[in-house]
Amino acid sequence: MMDAGRHPHITLLTYSEVESVSGYVGNFTIRIRKRARSVDEAKCTGCGACQEKCPTKVLDTVFEAGLGYRKAIYRPFAQAVPPVPVIDRENCLWFTKGRCRLCEKVCPTGAIDYNQQDTILEVQVGNIILATGYDPFDPRRISRFGYGRYPNVFTAMEVERMLSGGGPTGGRVVLRDGKTVPQSVAIIHCVGSRDENTHPYCSRVCCMYSLKLAHLVRHRTGARVYQCYIDMRAGGKAYEEFYKRLQSEGVVFINGQPADILLEEGKLAVYVEDRILGQLMRIPVDMVILSVGLEPRRDSREVARLFGISTDADGWFREKHPKLDPVATMTDGVFIAGCCQGPKDIPDSVAQASAAAAKVLSLIGQGEVEIQPAIAVVDEWMCTGCGQCIPTCPYAAIEYLSDKGVAHVIEALCKGCGTCTGTCPSKAVTLRHFTDRQLISEMMGAIFAMRAEEVTEEMSVT
Amino acid sequence: MSQQGYEPKIIGFLCNWCSYAGADLAGSARLKYPPNLKIIRVPCSGRVSPELVIRAFKEGADGVMVLGCHIGDCHYATGNHRTARRMPVLRALLEFVGIEPERFLVKWVSSSEGELFAQTVREFTERLRGLPPLEKSLAWNRRG
Repeated sequence: MMDAGRHPHITLLTYSEVESVSGYVGNFTIRIRKRARSVDEAKCTGCGACQEKCPTKVLDTVFEAGLGYRKAIYRPFAQAVPPVPVIDRENCLWFTKGRCRLCEKVCPTGAIDYNQQDTILEVQVGNIILATGYDPFDPRRISRFGYGRYPNVFTAMEVERMLSGGGPTGGRVVLRDGKTVPQSVAIIHCVGSRDENTHPYCSRVCCMYSLKLAHLVRHRTGARVYQCYIDMRAGGKAYEEFYKRLQSEGVVFINGQPADILLEEGKLAVYVEDRILGQLMRIPVDMVILSVGLEPRRDSREVARLFGISTDADGWFREKHPKLDPVATMTDGVFIAGCCQGPKDIPDSVAQASAAAAKVLSLIGQGEVEIQPAIAVVDEWMCTGCGQCIPTCPYAAIEYLSDKGVAHVIEALCKGCGTCTGTCPSKAVTLRHFTDRQLISEMMGAIFAMRAEEVTEEMSVT
Repeated sequence: MSQQGYEPKIIGFLCNWCSYAGADLAGSARLKYPPNLKIIRVPCSGRVSPELVIRAFKEGADGVMVLGCHIGDCHYATGNHRTARRMPVLRALLEFVGIEPERFLVKWVSSSEGELFAQTVREFTERLRGLPPLEKSLAWNRRG
């Protein structure tokens, strides 16, 4: 991350949002809203003095998963790139109550600028790679697991923060009271995955991170760890070996998803049917960890529309071809990498990101793009300029030439669907290789063949 | 030509990405469907202009089907939205000129629905067998 931040040819725009995208491969124009972070990036050295002195503590629901606090002027996390903090204007005393300005006083370079405004940037780019990631599943949607109701039901992300040495508990795994070390822990797999009521797909990463959590929680607390899984999906290099290692370490694996979790005698009683034993079990534990699945970003559909790509039924970005072109999209020059395309682990994300980068490089290296031969063309003599084809085009590839009073197909944008051809009332738009003449000839040939069959049949009958 | 020996002639406009692939799947899965259908591949069901359908009837087809991707699944994002809006109008027009609307079918068949494709063709062929050949059915032909 640091390397990318320092690279002379990479401009990192964090805390920014794409507002609009226009153009086509090689010629995209992107409007970006760079949000006001109230800190001058050019002056800030990232020393962190402002964060230290800021008197306002805010519950950090993002990075610390609601377990820890951050200041009103903060960096999202310690290793964030660039290391420039941002003022959270909703909580900052100066912005809410008009007093304090402590950060301005302690800043050695005078980088704090309370009057900073959002700025709009317009950049010209040739290619776009989308890597917008995923959202973790909110386990409150499955009420039987009791997340939010029972204090000692945690999400995997919360436990992950507790396990971190720099985290809110300094690396200790404790119950919600902040001091009791759990004696027994149940980890529940497939929360929000492989479930007809939430998401039917497998989130792919949960099995392995659950195993990792089981290993670390056992190591840190000495607790007895139960894993309630549907199927253990440890597909990947050295993954199965890790699974085997945990089995030999003494983690208890139960093949079944819990039907209920109840608060009984001060413990969380997990009711689950072990499909291997064929038996109903009641497991009283101190702590339950929910291995939540991955879901598309809340705004994935809006983002897809913004960049002119499509999503699948779940909301993941759709690749051009699931096997043969997994990083390209139907819009030339727009590539996807990582979890925005579907759940995947870190090695797969890195591989896909490298592939996307290589695809872009090859386009840049070629210097020109090859387009499909089957595209639409407008016969300017026939076109009446009614403009009916323009809104029908899914790719906004048709423009109106006001000087000639006719429509014009932008060849680089046209994907050859022919919707405009089917729409044009004056037959001025032709889709190459699927022209009316070709289709009608094909049709007449087909009907002729069927007629000929009829005749031969009749002759054979008589 | 006896009514019994009558085999309806069907022209099907199939979108390249969903229905054509679905038909391909039906074939490779060895699913049975009547040979009355002749398929014309189009890039998108949105390519099918009303004139093409009318022309098919004019050239002697007894039935025409337009199959495309499910709404929201279109390879070209919104091409089939146009089909969905255009074809009902055409259906009304066909009725107006005396072609039974049952002779015209618009349906969404995805590339994984080989069985649905085969079933659709079976049902459509059966439906057409219940009708006389289009040449005899057309009002002006009957009078003339």
